[in-house]
Amino acid sequence: MEKVIETSHAIAEAVRLAKPDVIPIYPVTPQTHIAERLADFVADGLLKAEMITVESEHSAISAAIGASAAGSRVFTATASQGLALMHEVLFIASGLRLPVVMAIANRALSAPINIWCDHSDSIAERDSGWIQLYCESAQEAYDSVLFAYRIAENRDVLLPTMVCVDGFSLSHVYERVLLDNDEKVRKYVGKYRPLFKLDARKPVTMGPIGYPNSFMEFKEQQEQAMKMAINVMRVEERNFKKHFKRDFYGLIETYNLANARYAIIAMGSVCGTIKHVLKQSRLKDIGLIKLRSFRPLPKEALKKAFEGLKAIAVIDRAVSFGNGGVLWNEIKALSCLPVHSFIAGLGGRDITPRHIMKAFDVMQKEKENEKRIWLK
Amino acid sequence: MKLKPGAVIDEPGSSTKTKTGEWRTLKPVVDKKKCIKCGLCWLYCPDACIKIKKDGADIDYDHCKGCGICARHCPVKAIKMVREENGKSN
Repeated sequence: MEKVIETSHAIAEAVRLAKPDVIPIYPVTPQTHIAERLADFVADGLLKAEMITVESEHSAISAAIGASAAGSRVFTATASQGLALMHEVLFIASGLRLPVVMAIANRALSAPINIWCDHSDSIAERDSGWIQLYCESAQEAYDSVLFAYRIAENRDVLLPTMVCVDGFSLSHVYERVLLDNDEKVRKYVGKYRPLFKLDARKPVTMGPIGYPNSFMEFKEQQEQAMKMAINVMRVEERNFKKHFKRDFYGLIETYNLANARYAIIAMGSVCGTIKHVLKQSRLKDIGLIKLRSFRPLPKEALKKAFEGLKAIAVIDRAVSFGNGGVLWNEIKALSCLPVHSFIAGLGGRDITPRHIMKAFDVMQKEKENEKRIWLK
Repeated sequence: MKLKPGAVIDEPGSSTKTKTGEWRTLKPVVDKKKCIKCGLCWLYCPDACIKIKKDGADIDYDHCKGCGICARHCPVKAIKMVREENGKSN
């Protein structure tokens, strides 16, 4: 069934079908309509879940960890300062290998106070050990939540996962979404079968001290799990396509890249703008590489996409102050080509076709010098 | 021991496998001739490292952290705290 719905509601719809047992959530700003719609579902008896409206995001993610450790499927959502407040606890979720799924409506971090879209909140949590998937559309957000549970709960992965949607410019946007019938979706997501859970009948210890003689081994396991996540996502991409009979990209999506000599790399809703510009301008020479999975970074898939290119432009919606665009840094480390950096759309600034054309021009004209430009 | 994902320990009572004796700088040594087997050291030891055997107090050096509470409480001064030699635990 096709419906025009808000991306936040599409996410809530996917969550309803994934049937989490516990939803610990901070219900006040910077929360989105995701929580609001989930509360409706629970109140209307459409979702049998324990919804805990906690007093802070720090508590939300802590409760999510507790519930997940007890063997529940868990969902939560946050953004911006809320995610920043979760910071220290995020590492515990990943260190304990608990497959919590969390939606992020990407928004800027203060100061100055700003509630609008950029990626600085989730990019700042790059090293927290969470899988991060970035979405272009409402459909992709809906699909990604279902996909996220399949990846996170896979026994070879067992990592918490963020599904990131651009705040306002996607989270509050109404789009046409293909909603599959409930049974079909539930069959795809399946049941969560935890490897370990807190159970008095079969006691285990979770969160013990890791002495210097074992701590590194556990961290190495997390890195291995991230590598495994790439393989699992490849397999799940195919499973998704087979099950739902529609395209789905877990790691990267390319557009117009087949005969291109230049590529632009970006994450999130701006990819829609880039596709639009490419379609309108009929530029055969330029393609788009949409990065879906920022963590784990699909290095091999990216390197393969770079084959035959002359230059790359990277659009960043977050800055690592002192060393420029975060994604640019990562792409630069993967390629010997000139990689131009474009910082754009911070704090909700529109990224317009004019900006995209500017990036195209710079990439084609600047043969030697790598440019670092703020698209304002 | 195999390291389980997330550092989960699914074997109950396995904390004794961590040899906390390695932390010790001072080691309690019992003079069995002086020991009257009163059991005060057994009672006070915070790590349950002391057993009272036939010939007197017996210390589990694999887990004794060398806190010295036993020596402080011994009514007949049968326990002395001595420096660890060569970093070895016993």
